[in-house]
Amino acid sequence: MTDSIRVENVTKEFTMQYHRTLKEMAVATARRLPLQEKFLAVNDVSFNVEQGESVGLMGLNGSGKSTLLKLINGVMRPDKGSILTRGRIAGLIATGAGFHPQLTGRENLFLNGAIMGMSEAETKRKFDAIVAFADIGKFMDTPVSHYSSGMYARLGFSIAIHVDADIFLADEVLAVGDRPFKRKCMAKMQEIRQQGTTIFYVSHATASVRAMCDRVIVLESGHMTYDSKITEGGSVEGAIHHLQYDDEPGDEPTDEELGADV
Amino acid sequence: MRAANKRASDEPVDEEARRKKAAARARRMLKNKADSMPVVEATGPRQKRMVDAELVPPSPRGGLLEVFQQPYLLKLIVSRQLAQMYAASLLGLAWSYVQPAMRFGIYYVVMGFILNLHDGVPYFAIHLFTGIVVVHYFGETWGGGTRSIWSNKALVQKMRMPRELFPVASMLVAAYHTLPQVLVLIVFCLIAGWHLTWGAVAAGVLGTLILVTFAGALALFFAALNVFYRDFQNIVQTIMQFMHFLVPMMYPFGRVWKAHNEHPWLYQIYIANPVAQSVILFQKFFWYSLVDHPHREIKGRSFPPDMWVRGVITLGVCLVLVWLAQKFFSRVEGKFPERM
Ligand SMILES: Nc1ncnc2c1ncn2[C@@H]1O[C@H](COP(=O)(O)OP(=O)(O)O)[C@@H](O)[C@H]1O
Ligand SMILES: [Mg+2]
Repeated sequence: MTDSIRVENVTKEFTMQYHRTLKEMAVATARRLPLQEKFLAVNDVSFNVEQGESVGLMGLNGSGKSTLLKLINGVMRPDKGSILTRGRIAGLIATGAGFHPQLTGRENLFLNGAIMGMSEAETKRKFDAIVAFADIGKFMDTPVSHYSSGMYARLGFSIAIHVDADIFLADEVLAVGDRPFKRKCMAKMQEIRQQGTTIFYVSHATASVRAMCDRVIVLESGHMTYDSKITEGGSVEGAIHHLQYDDEPGDEPTDEELGADV
Repeated sequence: MRAANKRASDEPVDEEARRKKAAARARRMLKNKADSMPVVEATGPRQKRMVDAELVPPSPRGGLLEVFQQPYLLKLIVSRQLAQMYAASLLGLAWSYVQPAMRFGIYYVVMGFILNLHDGVPYFAIHLFTGIVVVHYFGETWGGGTRSIWSNKALVQKMRMPRELFPVASMLVAAYHTLPQVLVLIVFCLIAGWHLTWGAVAAGVLGTLILVTFAGALALFFAALNVFYRDFQNIVQTIMQFMHFLVPMMYPFGRVWKAHNEHPWLYQIYIANPVAQSVILFQKFFWYSLVDHPHREIKGRSFPPDMWVRGVITLGVCLVLVWLAQKFFSRVEGKFPERM
């Protein structure tokens, strides 16, 4: 089996800048407040993914899933460690595709395709299929800033899935679509999975992860704390159990403590 | 709430409580999301995909070279930048002539009639317009390049591409706007009776090279700086307001040369500016090829005595600047997406 993604001791550090103007900085220094704070969004993570493996990525909000995907697709560079990938990468990361708001859907389609490595001829050949899948019809010539978040995700997903990539990354972007469209997307992902594409799928829909993935990885505050292939005794249940630690509901914290996750 | 969290992170964390809370969050999240995606089972046999590529770091490393390896992508970025400039504009491309034309008109009247430079400089209009064209290209490349990455943040945050793409696209956009002005200039020169020499052509080539490399280096460097502090786009604008006075276009180089004995340092600073040198070389190409021999003797020194040596050295310096700008860019580029 050939390696598709090789992640070795990867660490990504973010700097939180509290103050941007000189005046703010001067005030903060005078009051002895910190000017910036660093924290590790991805902390010493290592794993290998073989070509054709389908990996489910789970973890609470803020655990570093999107950051890990950005490192894998090359938008960000690790501060420590190394990432190697083989072949063309496509996908959708964090909310919304990388579209230019002032451009129309059609222009963004060509631009996005080119960024993901499609030639002009290839984009033209696939154009009709992409538009048909996205099903946004007459809005193709409207600037994407006028799109609803659902339409945005449809077009973004449709372009990415038609790239014929060797590695496909699907962050939680699909959460905004309607149900029939989600079903269509999942079917399409199963299709490329059958064709041997490596897949990263971020979701908390247990049954859907079970159907889609051969392996589950759990991130917790930047650490990879669970990694198991289904064929080697891993399971989505195992990952869930791991996430919940004890599985004893009882003293649930109040909604207020849970904050934005609900 | 936020402050409380921050304080808590300094104290030894109560591991047990933290885990309990995380577990509860997880339980709740999984319960809410359990059914959020439909289940589609796999059908048919699994194929094996042969990927004919090496294992490589996914992030871009090739810098400027990688940009030129993707001409199609560059073309798309350039055409979208142009389209965006003329969106909802009645005059469209004409706007990029209005400004230089007005500037020309005003300088021509003020400098020529009021300060009486028409008599001192034969073909004053060509002398003036040559400078305007060169400074226009420089200003648009530098200013546009400086803003280029920040104004494409939607793409830079989400997609992987060599980010040098954007400053390079600004250079091409600036060239697209400047070339027609150059054509106008050539037409005027032809009408006025242009007789080119090899020396003039060499000056034109050297001037172009200095201009493009210097503007490109600045565009690359400032594009990166501007991601961190938007002050830089204002700094560029401020400097560009003086640029027309710092090159020989409204006045002949002879005037500067006259002062070089009294103010040797000012002269050195003036002549060290690659834009000024580029303008001087372009004057040699366009304007000087029109000036008749009798004029040359009367008018004194039209060019620095060391124009060629200085020009070649400056080009070398500009190439080093491009290399340094690229190094700086590559160093900080990894931080772009998180700073936007
Ligand atoms: N550009 C950024 N600058 C600073 N912190 C960031 C940035 N992007 C993400 N973070 C932080 O990094 C952590 C991980 O974020 P993310 O990878 O988006 O998590 P997830 O996708 O698992 O919800 C979060 O605490 C988030 O606030
Ligand atoms: Mg995320």
